[in-house]
Amino acid sequence: MGVDAEVTGSELLQFIIAGLKNGSIYALVALGFTIVYASTKAINFAQGEFYMFGGMFAVFFLSGLGMPLALAALVSVITVTAVGLGFDRVAIRPRRDAGPLTLIIITIGGSMVFQSFARHAFGPDERPLPVFTAGPSIDFFGAAIERQTLWIWALTAVAVVALTILYTRTKLGRAMRACMENREAARLMGIDTNRVVTISFGLAAGLGALGGLVVTPLTQTAFNVGPSMGVKGFAAAILGGLGNPLAAVAGGITLGLLESLSIGFLSSTYKDVIALAVLLAVLVLRPEGLFSRASREKM
Amino acid sequence: MLRVCDLEAGYGHVRVLKGVSIEVAAGEAVTLIGANGAGKSTLLKVLAGLLPAWDGCVELEGKNITGMRAHKRVREGLVLVPEGRMLFASMSVEDNLRLGAYSRGGKEAASEFGQDRATVYELFPVLGRRATQTAATLSGGEQQMLAIGRALMARPRLLLLDEPSLGLAPKVVTEIFSALQELRRRGLTILLVEQDARVALRHADRGYVVRTGEVALAGTAAELMDNDDVRLIYLGAWHGRD
Ligand SMILES: Nc1ncnc2c1ncn2[C@@H]1O[C@H](COP(=O)(O)OP(=O)(O)OP(=O)(O)O)[C@@H](O)[C@H]1O
Ligand SMILES: [Mg+2]
Repeated sequence: MGVDAEVTGSELLQFIIAGLKNGSIYALVALGFTIVYASTKAINFAQGEFYMFGGMFAVFFLSGLGMPLALAALVSVITVTAVGLGFDRVAIRPRRDAGPLTLIIITIGGSMVFQSFARHAFGPDERPLPVFTAGPSIDFFGAAIERQTLWIWALTAVAVVALTILYTRTKLGRAMRACMENREAARLMGIDTNRVVTISFGLAAGLGALGGLVVTPLTQTAFNVGPSMGVKGFAAAILGGLGNPLAAVAGGITLGLLESLSIGFLSSTYKDVIALAVLLAVLVLRPEGLFSRASREKM
Repeated sequence: MLRVCDLEAGYGHVRVLKGVSIEVAAGEAVTLIGANGAGKSTLLKVLAGLLPAWDGCVELEGKNITGMRAHKRVREGLVLVPEGRMLFASMSVEDNLRLGAYSRGGKEAASEFGQDRATVYELFPVLGRRATQTAATLSGGEQQMLAIGRALMARPRLLLLDEPSLGLAPKVVTEIFSALQELRRRGLTILLVEQDARVALRHADRGYVVRTGEVALAGTAAELMDNDDVRLIYLGAWHGRD
């Protein structure tokens, strides 16, 4: 696909910026999918609801309880993390050995419960959050970057770095990787795999919440934004290959760019179809994902 | 050290262990021999806590651990080297050993890790040379050595081994069993499952013959080696007789 004469360089740049912005959010949601998948081999269809909760709780703590924005954001992430931990303890752990399909159905149920809770607790309306830093957009070679977009990039980067450190430098991270690779062997090492699963749900919820609250100043939020973001995040996770959490980040960024460039070169009509098209294409053509090793040696 | 009484267990509705009772004294090496599908691996999985006991008891040093979860048994000193090794294939030899030491907490853990790793590398020098290689790239024998080394990192008091010789060349089997012999000399208690009854009995004090989920025969290694049934069925002495 060559650059169309109708798209100028700065317009192209603008599309790329938008793609990287949305892609970062998809990456955070996709990370949640892969982290839970790694420890349970199940897809958590309530992941989109954690994203929704991130924005909605932040709005509630800011407008409802009068907390300052930064505190409201922090408390929102903590609250949603706790929701994730609690979700595992109450709904997942009792049926943990029932197999991935049962777990998936439980998460679909959880998603519905979370949505109706949000609708009743916070109302049916769209809710805004103020931008984190006020001020005009920043000019970047003729393209405009909103200040909130910089926040999105910065917080995504912090989350990814923190997660990398967790996985590579800590005992807990090593235990999580062991579970990812072979849960039974992990138990034989003395790892409490139930605890790892609980922590995975907490992490996934916290990352989803971070994505939801940092994007709300640009998009607003509502009780029903979860499922469509869930599909995007899931597509990004599949694109990354589900096995490796950090590949989910590459999957998210790629999906964001694909979407954004398809708007630029085709039409905005196709934007929401892209995620589904990517999902289907990857599942059919390359089920192991684009960013994971082609085949895992089984021993 | 280990007492198992009337143990029953299985998969789904299928009962595999039909009341197994065995004992292992401290410092002993005991072997379980039996045909394919007899239930040897199932027994070890129940002992390690990977599979629940339906009935009966498991006692470790007088403590009832029948319902204890797998990860806690490791802290109690009961460590399994599972059938098929179950290494962390994408991780290095060193990371596998590190995970083996996972259950060892406390302040001294860091210095103990270096010490224990040195012990493992001394026992299996080839692992030291492969320290940064991923487990998947090791040969079968090296993988088995790593599986044993990884288990040793937990400082077991009772080591359960499920067919350490499986699929390995005789020379490698000799190497692995002489390492086990060395561990025995250092006082480790061993419960060994082996297909190769000859190798197993040569390296054990006592043995049990497991047949379709039950203990069919028990005795010292010498007794079993001389037993006609054992000779006939498990030591391959039927050649020419049949
Ligand atoms: N995961 C499982 N699900 C259902 N049945 C199983 C499972 N694992 C083993 N079995 C059955 O339990 C019985 C005992 O198997 P087990 O693996 O304990 O035998 P074994 O004595 O270790 O044999 P081998 O020498 O071949 O390793 C067999 O009939 C087997 O088919
Ligand atoms: Mg077996």
